[in-house]
Amino acid sequence: MQKNDFTRGLKNGIPIALGYLSVSFSFGIMAASQGMTVLQAVLISMLTVTSAGQLAGIQVMQSPGQYMAMLISQLTINARYSFMSVSLSQKADASFRGKLRWLLGFFITDEIFALAVQEKELSPRYFLGLGVLPYFGWAAGTLLGALLGSVLPDMVMNALCIAMYAMFAAIVSPEAKKDTKLLMVVLFSAALMCLCYYLIPALSAGLAISLCAVLAAGLGALVFPVREEEESA
Amino acid sequence: MNTREFIIYLAIMALSTYLIRAIPFALLTKKIKSAYIKSFLHYIPYTVLTVMTVPGALYATGHVLTAAVGLVTGVVTAIRGKDLTLVAAAACAATFLTELLVYLI
Repeated sequence: MQKNDFTRGLKNGIPIALGYLSVSFSFGIMAASQGMTVLQAVLISMLTVTSAGQLAGIQVMQSPGQYMAMLISQLTINARYSFMSVSLSQKADASFRGKLRWLLGFFITDEIFALAVQEKELSPRYFLGLGVLPYFGWAAGTLLGALLGSVLPDMVMNALCIAMYAMFAAIVSPEAKKDTKLLMVVLFSAALMCLCYYLIPALSAGLAISLCAVLAAGLGALVFPVREEEESA
Repeated sequence: MNTREFIIYLAIMALSTYLIRAIPFALLTKKIKSAYIKSFLHYIPYTVLTVMTVPGALYATGHVLTAAVGLVTGVVTAIRGKDLTLVAAAACAATFLTELLVYLI
């Protein structure tokens, strides 16, 4: 049962790994087009594994010495991971403690979280299995993108850039279809974000993302509290 | 950007991102009882992904129209129950075809 957990995780990680391959491919292209070396692009991917954070990161790197701006952009864009991290801490089984949590916490990404949170009791073996292939997919895609990016025509590049967002949609839309309350909350968050985006352009994207997501989820929790049984669905 | 600057930037990115992920996961060993916080935690991943996509995705390609077509294709294939890879592939293909069309017109 326990060993099966690892292979089950590996298997469920395959589609994420393939998705990451194409998404990080587009990151590799973007990094190369902004003048970063292949090694730099791959290092960023292997040490951070965060789509939106990396994108913001290479933009900040365009100007020298913006260390504070870098920190703020990473904290606001990646703040969502801490919420996911809290969610997962509630699912972790009795063996998933201490050092294991410090080590495997590194693998918390949007997609890995989305699968892991569906477990009733999350085991470390399953979580490790889930994380391994997407991690290497992410690194390999970045390498290929940075190497081949300059060869591909703009149209292909543009098309690949949509992959990341399609993955986000693939996680949210089936759940929102099943659960009307979730659909309302999600639509409200989208409306809020559009307001910020178009009416308050001075607000940085990272900050707007964190603000709108927290506001919508906070209000949603107030208006549509989730009962125990629904939560595991 | 020289090598030293890159390393400092990289260290800031890697450390802050790691700590954001690991600290709550490692330190929260008790079950949260509050129904409000539980509900909040149920909704937050979905609102984050949504606000990252809307409206940002519309400006990710060469043209708002091509991005919209790709995104709608992604949502429709996802609702039909297709897996992550297929959804991403369908969205990319739809975007590419529309880019071609826009280019030809």
